[in-house]
Amino acid sequence: MKEIMVRAIYCEMLGYEASFSYIHAIKLAQQGSVLEKRVGYLAVSLFLHESHDLLLLLVNTVLKDLQSTNLIEVCMALTVVSQIFPKDMIPAVLPLVEDKLTHSKEIIRRKAVLALYKFYLIAPNQVQHIHDKFRKALCDKDPGVMTASLHIYLKLIKESPESYKDLTDSFVTILKQVVGGKLPVDFNYHSVPAPWLQMQLLRILALLGKEDQRTSEMMYEVLDESLRRAEINHNITYAILYECLKTIYTIHPKSELLEKAAKCIGKFVLSPKINLKYLGLKALTYVVQQDPNLALQHQMTIIECLDHSDPIIKRETLELLYRITNGQNVSVIVEKMLDFLRLSKDEYTTIDLVGKVAELAEKYPFPYNSWFIQTMNAIFSIGGDVMQPDIPNNFLRLLAEGFDSDEEDRQLRLLAVDSYLSLLECDTSGLPQRFLQVISWVLGEFSFLKEGLEPADVVERLGKLLDDDAITTETRCWVLAAMSKLCGSSDALCKAEKVAHKYTSCLDTALRQQAVELELLGRDVDLRTRVLPQHGFCVWLQVDSSLSFLDGFVSDALARGAAPYKPPHQRQEELSQEKILNFEPYGLSLPVSLSACSLTDRQSPTALSLSSSLSNLLKLEGVKRVWGKQGYLPEKQATEEALAQEPSSIFAPSHQQACSESQQTTFSTIVEQDQEKRQLASSLFVGLGSQNLGKPEASSSQRFRRKVRPEDPSDVNRSLAVSSSFSHSSSALDVLLDNAIPDPTNLSDSTSEAVPAVGNTEVVEASEVSSLSGGSGPLAQPSSQVERGLESDLPSRLPATLVGLLRSDVEELCSGESLSLSACKVFDADALVLAIFLSNISDSSIQEVSCLISSEQLKVPEMCSTFSVLSFYLNVVVSLYRLVMEAPGTQAIVRGSVSCASQATQSFSLTLSLVDFIRPLPLTTEEYGKMWLSFSHDVKQNLMLLKHEEEDQLEAALTALKEKLCLHIVDVIGAEGIMACQLVSGRPCLLHCHTHGGMLAIWLRSPIADLPDCLLYHCQKAIQER
Amino acid sequence: MQFMLLFSRQGKLRLQKWYVPLSDKEKKKITRELVQTVLARKPKMCSFLEWRDLKIVYKRYASLYFCCAIEDQDNELITLEIIHRYVELLDKYFGSVCELDIIFNFEKAYFILDEFLLGGEAQETSKKNVLKAIEQADLLQEVRHNYFL
Repeated sequence: MKEIMVRAIYCEMLGYEASFSYIHAIKLAQQGSVLEKRVGYLAVSLFLHESHDLLLLLVNTVLKDLQSTNLIEVCMALTVVSQIFPKDMIPAVLPLVEDKLTHSKEIIRRKAVLALYKFYLIAPNQVQHIHDKFRKALCDKDPGVMTASLHIYLKLIKESPESYKDLTDSFVTILKQVVGGKLPVDFNYHSVPAPWLQMQLLRILALLGKEDQRTSEMMYEVLDESLRRAEINHNITYAILYECLKTIYTIHPKSELLEKAAKCIGKFVLSPKINLKYLGLKALTYVVQQDPNLALQHQMTIIECLDHSDPIIKRETLELLYRITNGQNVSVIVEKMLDFLRLSKDEYTTIDLVGKVAELAEKYPFPYNSWFIQTMNAIFSIGGDVMQPDIPNNFLRLLAEGFDSDEEDRQLRLLAVDSYLSLLECDTSGLPQRFLQVISWVLGEFSFLKEGLEPADVVERLGKLLDDDAITTETRCWVLAAMSKLCGSSDALCKAEKVAHKYTSCLDTALRQQAVELELLGRDVDLRTRVLPQHGFCVWLQVDSSLSFLDGFVSDALARGAAPYKPPHQRQEELSQEKILNFEPYGLSLPVSLSACSLTDRQSPTALSLSSSLSNLLKLEGVKRVWGKQGYLPEKQATEEALAQEPSSIFAPSHQQACSESQQTTFSTIVEQDQEKRQLASSLFVGLGSQNLGKPEASSSQRFRRKVRPEDPSDVNRSLAVSSSFSHSSSALDVLLDNAIPDPTNLSDSTSEAVPAVGNTEVVEASEVSSLSGGSGPLAQPSSQVERGLESDLPSRLPATLVGLLRSDVEELCSGESLSLSACKVFDADALVLAIFLSNISDSSIQEVSCLISSEQLKVPEMCSTFSVLSFYLNVVVSLYRLVMEAPGTQAIVRGSVSCASQATQSFSLTLSLVDFIRPLPLTTEEYGKMWLSFSHDVKQNLMLLKHEEEDQLEAALTALKEKLCLHIVDVIGAEGIMACQLVSGRPCLLHCHTHGGMLAIWLRSPIADLPDCLLYHCQKAIQER
Repeated sequence: MQFMLLFSRQGKLRLQKWYVPLSDKEKKKITRELVQTVLARKPKMCSFLEWRDLKIVYKRYASLYFCCAIEDQDNELITLEIIHRYVELLDKYFGSVCELDIIFNFEKAYFILDEFLLGGEAQETSKKNVLKAIEQADLLQEVRHNYFL
């Protein structure tokens, strides 16, 4: 059997299907002798993946082997556990693996640590309670176990560096010992002590020291030592050096170390070994934003690398150049990138680089408009259909919205028209579809700018495009749309209609719609000028997103007995609540038009509003199809905020002038190099060094800025239509045809409801100082008693609406010379209200106090509450924030800062637990049963109940959970209890508890993915703390 | 580390170890593409490759290519040394290893790899310890084997 299994593995490796042997691999692991077991486990780990069904059959075997007295069997089980193990089965083996952390053999301990690391990766919340044991592993006497535990710490620290700052000292000490050669010689690799361990530690230190001066200071010495020790000329020392460099440049800078690091980078870049050169370039790319002079020092090497025969080196060099681009060298760099792109065949590189080129071309000013157009043309023809769709979108928006000067706009558009006309002269078969779409749009919109150009001529050229079989229907739509813009003259109209007529019977509905529209508009000149004005490429369209013009239609339908509209999720719920099996496909019961709209063009504002603001009354079946399956829009929804920018200045220095002095001096030190390279260098590195490279946007003027859009804060649903020839214009068109032009008042009606009522700050001025106990005391020195008195008094300052609610104790956040901050959590039904009390503890008045809070994990109202004056001692103001947890996490950190006119900013942070956001959910047992079946995410775990002597363990556990976590106990049936709760954002989580033999089996279910996991963690804590 | 592949100069796969869950189809596609790209590179070229969003580190030993895929922030040089250490281990275990050793005893090569790398991370970096673990397992295996015979 063993031999056969080995052969099956071999077959699978050669690419032949051998799935019939999977089950035998599991059997072999289960039943075989040790020898066979080993092969069985190997086969399982090679054949199956984490979510394979057969893996469940392995769980029992693993459990048995973990308990075996045979070391080898335990080793095998741990190995397989840390390679593949189903996520839901982790609780089953977790206690056994945990036990192994204290095993006497180091190999077992090591493997156990790695198995836990794996568990942490796939289900972080389930191992949260054993973090203390990781610390023990870190202090293990065996270096192997310690190394293994660093993997976990690297991950943990990456997630929250704050919580592990206290370990910095230990890490530094370990690194010192390793570098000093205190480890057994076994761990040396080519006479370098434990390089893997060193690198792991360096990475951890980088994470810890990032933006933290105090922690960084602790590690300067050991970093210096590492740099000094790594002197042997071997790959492994370079690997450590590279990691050192990264750490040095990540942590709080120290000039001495930076200098040494810069020298090391030189070693890499100048090395004849190609691998080291590559890493040198990578390191340069990493540091160049902090220190542009480094790039200057190595400019000749960089130039050489640019012409290197290995495309990987070239690619990395371009990445470096991309980072040092400024207004003056942009044309040379872009040209180099395009050269590379023309040769590259790799799709991934192309997408990435094309995006970068487009970004540079839009970001930096260049004296000639023609350069911009040419560059964009090159991007479109190279990037073709693989590039990100927002590149053509942005380009068209840039053209349509224009810049600050009308003359320039005209010129740019004219240039675009010219270049596209000449492109159409030549063979167009090789051009990508996206490019053709851009061409037809631009010609449709702007060809009138060119004098002496007959629209008929343009129509004819566009018509030729349609003859090509290779172009897609989407492109055809764009071409037809362009034509309908162009048929101003009778000549052009005649030609366009001839073309369009072909498509009026086309099978594709979008194309047919476009053609029919063209014909209709051609017949009615008045309508045409209204719908498609010549200069209408940038007009504001008001879209009635509430679809109020359909209300009459809906009420008619309802009167005729049609069923009222239900949104899809409601329908889905109803379906799942029916317990009978449904054999009909769900898809068909959805209205076709809705699914088509929301799936095909998500960017269309009409489709968006359609799916978001459907009123309950609106019934979709039977509504005329207004939104066809049209190509995507050239314009994204205008909800994106308009950028307000300063007017630009024209910027065109000649290259020679801009050559800064620092470069000339560098040049003089370089021995004779050939002229060409020097020129290239001067054009590439122009403007570097003396200028502040770190902020290129600030130092260079931007010409291609978008115009400030007219903003109307009350009107959220306003949308911008770049052109009235694309899909949402066609909806507007239909609206016009129906003679139901939306009334603007409808619009404001619908939006006023939509304004989120999330954040509001209420200010409660504390005027009655006399009531404070400290009011009579000496004002100069506020005693601690005074503060205590103040603290107990603070809750009374909450607004009346919050007084009756449950709240936490007031805790002090921070206090400075004159301001003291305390916080109190008020558990409102639909949010956690965080009340921050700002009290004046000095005897002078404080002006302009403002308080700002933020959090990564929570939805925080984005506003800054400002109080003009805190006039007297113990004057208190309250700032209230309503917090809602959107994505569940075990905890959330809120950071905030308070500043006032006269003093330095005080910052504070506050950790909120998931429990703060949990509210009981009152349910009946039947409701519970229904909901339980409809939720898809669940987690199960067994918890140890500590107190065995208790009479009714279940009841005690339930009460503990209820008290600690605010759960609602729905029912207790025998040895089982069911409970329900909800997150303040309104999403429920159901719990099912069951006791047996001192264990509490908890089963959680919820419609959202992470909630059960996170809540389980708190349940564990609650039970343990009991 | 995401995966490790060993293949011959002719492009025949000799060993594969995946540390990320992928479907068989994807695995085959990745293998095919990578083998082609790596074999097309000249000996003087850089041992690192950017491929999709991954970094590929490869090295040739005699007729065998060792090829590892790592994430962008990982250190390329140390990966190269991981490959080297693995080759050293094989060498020590088989006694001057050659391609045939790996073809005929590829399960042994897997066992060594599992002792050295676990779940994509270096598990034990001491050469002595890895070989000791393997030998112990082998020894026990032999004893049982004889016993059953």
